[in-house]
Amino acid sequence: MMDFSPVGAFRFWQRNLLIFRKTFAFTVPENFLEPVLYLLALGLGLGAYLREIQGLPYVAFVATGLAASAAMFGATFECTYNAYVQFYYDRSYDAIVTTPLSAEDVAVGEVLWGATRSVIYGTAFLLVVALFGVVRSPWALTLPGVFFVSGVVFSAVALAFTALTPSIDLFTYYFSLWITPMFMFSGIFFPLDALPGWVQTAAWFTPLYHVVRATRALAFGSPAVAVPDLVWLAVVAVAFLPLPAVLLRRRLVQ
Amino acid sequence: MALVEAEELVKRFGNLVAVDGISFQVQEGECYGFLGPNGAGKTTTMRMICCTARPTAGVLRVFGLDVPRHARAIKRQLGVVHQAVTLDDALTVRENLVVYGRYFDLTWEEARRRADELLTFAELEARADDRVSKLSGGMQRRLMIARALMANPRLLVLDEPTTGLDPQARHALWDRLRQLKRAGVTQILTTHYMEEAEHLCDRVAIVDHGRIVAEGPPRELVERYVGREVVELQVAGDGALAGAVAEQAAGLAEGFEVAGDRVFLHTRDGEELLHRVRALRLPLEAVVLRRATLEDVFLRLTGRRLRE
Repeated sequence: MMDFSPVGAFRFWQRNLLIFRKTFAFTVPENFLEPVLYLLALGLGLGAYLREIQGLPYVAFVATGLAASAAMFGATFECTYNAYVQFYYDRSYDAIVTTPLSAEDVAVGEVLWGATRSVIYGTAFLLVVALFGVVRSPWALTLPGVFFVSGVVFSAVALAFTALTPSIDLFTYYFSLWITPMFMFSGIFFPLDALPGWVQTAAWFTPLYHVVRATRALAFGSPAVAVPDLVWLAVVAVAFLPLPAVLLRRRLVQ
Repeated sequence: MALVEAEELVKRFGNLVAVDGISFQVQEGECYGFLGPNGAGKTTTMRMICCTARPTAGVLRVFGLDVPRHARAIKRQLGVVHQAVTLDDALTVRENLVVYGRYFDLTWEEARRRADELLTFAELEARADDRVSKLSGGMQRRLMIARALMANPRLLVLDEPTTGLDPQARHALWDRLRQLKRAGVTQILTTHYMEEAEHLCDRVAIVDHGRIVAEGPPRELVERYVGREVVELQVAGDGALAGAVAEQAAGLAEGFEVAGDRVFLHTRDGEELLHRVRALRLPLEAVVLRRATLEDVFLRLTGRRLRE
């Protein structure tokens, strides 16, 4: 039996926004530093030798890919560590499910908040790299929407893991077996064409691959190329959204 | 009108029976307490009332609505003070109240105004802009109660509201709860402090192993099961003699219980009994005459002490 109210989810989202407004001065730079370091090291360092990939300057190729991964990390940190602390240590979720809000409202609100952070981190990174001239098309204005949809996917999967994990220690596996491999093999730093076919097939089944492709295509003005990837992301987002709701209800309502 | 009605309510977790067929009613305006040791099923009963645990069997109605079918409508009129501190640590005292009010669809303005009222009630005005982690345990509890009152609940549910507090903080909290009762707020609370139950509750249910073993106004329960007074004998040595002491003294009293190295004699006339016990010249370290309490009722009904 599902009990979901959009207003309830929105109230929870608002709560997270209020907390974020008080803490973003600390959290944003920390999440920002890593993609900027990658951009400097690889985009400029490696880019000095490797001028072009697929007709794009290497720094632009990497920067667009990193924007996609910055969005992924924004959603993923929110729905793993942040959600876990509120769930298990602060017991905030326990308190909230005794108000009119249901466990489903909390789950969906948390996923939508994770998606919001995906938009914030992805877009902020894009704005910074736009200064280097890597955003070439007005189609880039649609990218916040892409980061929102992809944020739903990453948040739903992360929150489902959070609802299932018996210990905070297992998040290291979530990152080393899922997030990091995606980060390495989604075409952020190099096209997957040269790799064995099975790697490309496996990548197709992971969300980041599609976000990277869509981001790059839209930033450089080829919206048609992005369509299959956007469809992939939208379908998976809708399909996975109920998963954390079901799992969180099992944890919060005995 | 009964705000809460339970009939043969059961909650099982796998093979564990947490609540084993309890029936009770909580009337509008009263303070009703569940008194029992840890693991007696108090918290599980509270969770069912709050719709965060589904009954396995039996009937539970809150405000005349079935649990869990009408969870949202029930929770809208409920104020809950959880056993654990469940405040939002990243937010200030005032923000905790306002955000909570929003869950009940108060407008921002209503929520702010209500928060100001409740900050006064909880005597936290001076701390309104502090983060909650800076508050003492007693202040955090008061804030939890203030938070539960944000939407003017018809029923306040308190799960061990004073566990872990020092005596001053506990008394300050009791004052608040009595004040609310005078204002007509129906309360249902759990505790393992009989003093608390006697102070606050119009009626208590004594629970053990998921069942209600006795129910009624505290003084009445004491009268019914124990009498007015208790002579407490502290047996000398390691308590091995307690049984023998009890046997000799039992004839003088209306009832008795043995717990470790102590013997409790129930009576209506403590002075008289005290004299007669002294005359027996038993191997005692101390003899105390005191008023009978719910603890004696509990010991009498379950054969063990409440504070384990």
